[in-house]
Amino acid sequence: MSFEYLEFGKEEKDFIEKIEEISGQNVYSCYQCGKCSAGCAFSSSMDMTVNQLIHLIQLGQKRRVLEANTHWVCASCLTCTVRCPREIDVAALMEAVREYHLREEPEKIIISEIPKKAYDKLPNIALVSNFRKKTG
Amino acid sequence: MKIGVYVCECGSNIAATVDVEDIVERAKEFPNVEVSRVYKYMCADPGQEIIKKDIEEKGLDRIVIAACSPRMHEPTFRAVLEDKGLNPYVLEIVNIREQVSWVHENKEEGTEKAASLLKGAVLRIALMEPLERKKVGVTHKALVIGGGIAGIQASLDLADMGFKTTLVEKTSSIGGKMAQMDKTFPTLDCSQCILSPKMVDVGRHPNIELLSLSEVVEVDGYVGNFKVKIKKNPRYVLEEKCTLCDDCVPVCPVIVHDEYNQGFAPRKAIYIAYPQAIPASYVIDPDACLGIDPLICSKCKDVCGPEAIDFDMQPEIIEEEYGAIIIATGYETYPIENIGEYGYGTIPDVISGLDFERIISSGGPTGGKILRPSDATVPKTVVFIHCAGSRDPSKHLPYCSKVCCMYSTKHALQYKHVVHDGTAINFYIDIRTAGKDYEEFYQRAAEEDHVIYIRGKVSEVFQDGDKILIKSVDTLTGETVELHADLVVLATGMVPSEGTKEMASLLNVSVGINGFIREAHPKLKPVDTAIGGVFVAGTVTGPKDIPETVSNASGAASRAAGILSQDELEIEGTVAKVEESLCRGCGMCVEACPYSAIELKAVNKYGHTVQVAFVNEALCKGCGSCAAACLNGAINQLGYTDGQILELISALGEQ
Ligand SMILES: Cc1cc2nc3c(=O)[nH]c(=O)nc-3n(C[C@H](O)[C@H](O)[C@H](O)COP(=O)(O)OP(=O)(O)OC[C@H]3O[C@@H](n4cnc5c(N)ncnc54)[C@H](O)[C@@H]3O)c2cc1C
Ligand code: SF4
Ligand code: SF4
Ligand code: SF4
Ligand code: SF4
Repeated sequence: MSFEYLEFGKEEKDFIEKIEEISGQNVYSCYQCGKCSAGCAFSSSMDMTVNQLIHLIQLGQKRRVLEANTHWVCASCLTCTVRCPREIDVAALMEAVREYHLREEPEKIIISEIPKKAYDKLPNIALVSNFRKKTG
Repeated sequence: MKIGVYVCECGSNIAATVDVEDIVERAKEFPNVEVSRVYKYMCADPGQEIIKKDIEEKGLDRIVIAACSPRMHEPTFRAVLEDKGLNPYVLEIVNIREQVSWVHENKEEGTEKAASLLKGAVLRIALMEPLERKKVGVTHKALVIGGGIAGIQASLDLADMGFKTTLVEKTSSIGGKMAQMDKTFPTLDCSQCILSPKMVDVGRHPNIELLSLSEVVEVDGYVGNFKVKIKKNPRYVLEEKCTLCDDCVPVCPVIVHDEYNQGFAPRKAIYIAYPQAIPASYVIDPDACLGIDPLICSKCKDVCGPEAIDFDMQPEIIEEEYGAIIIATGYETYPIENIGEYGYGTIPDVISGLDFERIISSGGPTGGKILRPSDATVPKTVVFIHCAGSRDPSKHLPYCSKVCCMYSTKHALQYKHVVHDGTAINFYIDIRTAGKDYEEFYQRAAEEDHVIYIRGKVSEVFQDGDKILIKSVDTLTGETVELHADLVVLATGMVPSEGTKEMASLLNVSVGINGFIREAHPKLKPVDTAIGGVFVAGTVTGPKDIPETVSNASGAASRAAGILSQDELEIEGTVAKVEESLCRGCGMCVEACPYSAIELKAVNKYGHTVQVAFVNEALCKGCGSCAAACLNGAINQLGYTDGQILELISALGEQ
């Protein structure tokens, strides 16, 4: 297995700070108990569990966070938020990652250009986030 | 002879597995049994009253009680006998709870076993002679060995209770490891600030005699009456004359590593361990000084205004008697150079937890600036590797050292307080924060100071240019990870100090598999040892933090005071006794005795000088090892003589 190289430079710190700013959450509060993932109805559809995603945010691993499908599968049911022992609004963190994603590439989704058959596959939440962003 | 037999139901504890009525009936047929009864709780007052009434009315002179372990209620029932004028040793307790009902399920078999144990006891007690409890005097003075926070606390407590106390410290100052620390978890209060007032108190307490640079070299005697030899090494500076002016230091030509600063700073051959040291006096290191020979160098002596330096001081042997001894010789950190893959000793920027304490200390070699050893630059990424040596039964220490999760968190937090834009990463297996306010401290380090925690044990570190390459795993994501650090701090485990091992063997206290001293009972007697009058305080029994060390030390002091406050101590009557005419002086019993209670003495037998075994009753614990070892049957344990044991065995063999 190849080694993931961890860096703790400006890029990493900026990413963490941005996620914290959008979500209003302290990502360092998470002590990786995993209760959010344990209660999430969609964990099995995620390629990385919710707590793993949060851990990668703590490490500033932007690329890997954005590559995951976790935040897109999240339905914002808030089970994680209600159950987190560290009082982290986990759903807000998921939302923050989605927003970050869209802000990074704002033109990615142009509603009119989305092919009809892609609608089946596209998570609703992605469209919702996109609309919300565009309406400021 | 009239024997009374009493069977306890212990609620349903015993009655559920043993037919108590049946064994009571059977006991009535055993020889010499005058009365046999059952009661729900023999140990309760009404139970005791039944026995007392029978002794009075039926004139019983031997009592057998079938109940729980004698460890529980032997003292209770002995008091019942004494109350009615009987010798406390004509009592036999048969343990039909732990040895029968709790270990058997079949009631029939349980009942049979209980009945034969009971019969054995009845036969044995018939041969029992009343025994005498001897009394020994007590020297009202305590010896505390080791002047770390444990020894300091124990000495102060004893001295405050009014007992004269000698505190023996091997090095030139008391204080131990705590004196090397900068701040302490979980409050982050400065270690010296909370320690030095206690050190000063020791220095000036009228009841404490402080012997620094000293070691206990010989201990004889027994509880209440220890005869101790202490070797006091020369300081070469008269404590009472030295004014701490420091004039001697600049002129001294010899420079060596300063052990207080973990070798990161130099010191001279004449020095003071640190400014707050107690005794407050400079000291000459005889190994470094140019031979303690004024003809070669006497530069310090020449400049010393108060004429405090004396090159002619000699080691002294002090002989003193003590009633109780507390061992507080502390711990050392695991020699982490043994963990080759972590590079300690070969990679300069891999340091230990104690090294870090000195580097971050404002009184340390860098004046509190965090600079790494190799090039004195400020490290931007610091990696803390937990469990360095600990929790590794295959090659290093099998146990958890208990304080290192906390001190690594403390170090990471302290680092972030100084280097705000730095990164502090803890690689851990589990985070163990079992102490008051400890979990909160850890959560604060992450939440407020952004200390990063990655679960996984580092496999290897390499020097890579001017950085250190860390190879590890992140078990939370299941991936192997690599990163570069500027400084690596190893959370070094704790091992018993050399002094602890030496004192354990000198005082004959047993040590556990890891070399720490074994408590008399790990839960119920945590500061006692198996040797009467010898107590333990602090990290000598295993890893402890400061709060636990201090309460442990106060516990040891109060246990010691329990002895020191008496004028006489009673010794158990069940000691070993030598039949001089049978003893052939082979010394096998001397070898067998775990408490060194037997010695061979020359006596005159029929006009010849021969060796005969002699038991020191104050040291004898009545374990019976000697009686089993003696091939001549010359040594017997009173209360468990061969004849008595044979009766017991014969009853058991009947079935
Ligand atoms: C890096 C590090 C950081 C730590 N930080 C904290 C913290 O922040 N908070 C906390 O609660 N705990 C902390 N601890 C734990 C703390 O150090 C111990 O709990 C405490 O020092 C134990 O004290 P002690 O008296 O048992 O042992 P020691 O401090 O080892 O004292 C033993 C004394 O006995 C002397 N001695 C040894 N042999 C002999 C002999 N043969 N004759 C006479 N004297 C002898 C020694 O010279 C020494 O003075 C830390 C430990 C480490 C390693
Ligand atoms: S429940 Fe909260 S603390 Fe636990 S892993 Fe999820 S976010 Fe972290
Ligand atoms: S010069 Fe003398 S008095 Fe001054 S510190 Fe040195 S030994 Fe003590
Ligand atoms: S206290 Fe923590 S670092 Fe120390 S041995 Fe135990 S688990 Fe490892
Ligand atoms: S073992 Fe027996 S015979 Fe040998 S010295 Fe001891 S008491 Fe005497």
